[in-house]
Amino acid sequence: MPEGDINLNFESDEVERLKEVGIEFDPKRRAATFLQEDQSVKTVASFYRGVEIMSIREALKKYDWLKDYFWKALRRDQDDFTKEVDSEDFNGYFIRAPPNSKVEIPVEACLYLKKAGKQKVHNVIIAEENSELNIISGCASHRSAIGMHIGVSEIFVKKNAKLSFTMIHNWNYDVEVRPRTGIIVEDGGTYISNYILLNPVKYVQMYPTAYLNRDAKAVFSSVIVALEGSEVDVGSRAVLKGENSSAEIVSRTISKGGKIISRGHIVGEAPGVKGHLECRGLMLSENGFILAIPELEARHPNVELSHEAAVGKIAEDEIFYLMARGLSRDEATSAIVRGFMEIEIKGLPEVLKMAIDQAIQSMGEKLL
Amino acid sequence: MLRVVNLGVEIGGRRILENVNLYIREGETLALFGPNGSGKTTLLNALIGNPSYKIVSGRVIFKKKDITSLPPDERAKMGMGISFQTPPKISGVKLIDVLKYCAKIGGYREEDIFEMAKRLKLEDHLYRAVNVGFSGGEVKRSEILQLMLMNPDFVMLDEPDSGVDLENIVLLGEAMKELLERNKKKDERKKAGIIITHQGYILDYVDADYGVVLYRGKVACMGDPADILRQIRKYGYEGCMEKCLKEI
Repeated sequence: MPEGDINLNFESDEVERLKEVGIEFDPKRRAATFLQEDQSVKTVASFYRGVEIMSIREALKKYDWLKDYFWKALRRDQDDFTKEVDSEDFNGYFIRAPPNSKVEIPVEACLYLKKAGKQKVHNVIIAEENSELNIISGCASHRSAIGMHIGVSEIFVKKNAKLSFTMIHNWNYDVEVRPRTGIIVEDGGTYISNYILLNPVKYVQMYPTAYLNRDAKAVFSSVIVALEGSEVDVGSRAVLKGENSSAEIVSRTISKGGKIISRGHIVGEAPGVKGHLECRGLMLSENGFILAIPELEARHPNVELSHEAAVGKIAEDEIFYLMARGLSRDEATSAIVRGFMEIEIKGLPEVLKMAIDQAIQSMGEKLL
Repeated sequence: MLRVVNLGVEIGGRRILENVNLYIREGETLALFGPNGSGKTTLLNALIGNPSYKIVSGRVIFKKKDITSLPPDERAKMGMGISFQTPPKISGVKLIDVLKYCAKIGGYREEDIFEMAKRLKLEDHLYRAVNVGFSGGEVKRSEILQLMLMNPDFVMLDEPDSGVDLENIVLLGEAMKELLERNKKKDERKKAGIIITHQGYILDYVDADYGVVLYRGKVACMGDPADILRQIRKYGYEGCMEKCLKEI
């Protein structure tokens, strides 16, 4: 496997855009890096022995068994987009943490849409038994790119393994994005998903679904900002199939003129399962739109599912309170909006928390 | 320092205060009494400029300037500070961040924040969201901590003693005494303020120069705070009012 410095021929503004989605160019701060521009893989570098990272095409050649993981967590005929990826000309990444390996420094995977056209991706992530793996997936486009990103990701968290997957998006008004993600969490496994979308996009539509076996746990957290002209239809779904499995879905959405549909769906199919959904939406302008759709589905009597949802503007009494302490109206609003976006994310390494905090901090100021 | 002239206030179209007149000089502390719903909290909110409280008549003059239409942050910068009876919970905004603003106004350094927080037994609450999951007593201490860092010239305390246990009332009483400079000699006091108290316990720790009873939105009675409190305790507000009117 190639190792060493990341050697990229990016222009400085492109580097900036990639940094905004958490991509680090310092090998000390990442365990491994994968970078795909349009359909071609530009960089694969593993700095930390133990994590396997390569293009999915290379991996298919290397491992005969990999084809058995294809279309296991997702149906190939789920919709037009999965069908489109189920073709000859896809690319993508393969990331695997071997059994019992613990890699705290995040692995980064970047999908970059540079020119016009369609980027078709099929990723497979495997956290083998008892392993721990953290991935930061930054997806971005060049400022002037026009096109569509279809990303199929199949994620496997094996017995007692722990995987965190943090995805930060940074597209533009001419890019349509259709991620399709299925996650299978085996007995005692933990899957943590963080999704951050703070910049403009034409349209994002996705509904990642985690299937949880006995004692498995999933936590989905999303922070979404839709600016004028952006349309976002995003949700998270957890199917609690195994006894005592649990899921928590938390979303914070802000419309600054854009359209947001915020979904959440927890299905309880086995005894002793627990699920909680929390959708909160903030309207920051007159012409925005937020539709929150939390759904709870019980298929067994011994389940505990709950949700809370609230959509509205910033409470005037909170702004007034801070103003009485000397903050101007803008400062008070900014502090409250930043606070609204800061969701407590547990179980993430410090570097990832910092990347998320930074993105949110700078957005909180831009929103006013 | 503060002059309230013919003040009339409405909330949501309902008249709460009518023709209220007050004059508070430098160094003076006023104790404000009144039954529930008499307009005490409304008066303080109107003085600090809460936009939900509509001033329909009269003026508020602070430090010789008409502040009737100034936003709350401008009033805070001019030296007005308030401790709220029931402040909102603000999830996501940490106490320390608010205290930094308060310290900026009061001319304190960041190190002072930690020192004062320790004094008010809130050093473990600094990185928590403001008032979220705070007990009743912790909310009151947090309010006083914010005020101490703001170091205001005019201090408004809305029932700072309600829900505070005995152990902490001494702590809060001492802090309030300092805020209002009641520990200084009478002619050295520069600060002024209003204390709303329902039961009057706090007056055992902070003395006031005079007392005012608000009744149905009007100033009904004025006098020695200890006298008024005795009357209220003995005869209730109605009885106090009767006696007050007879004396006038």
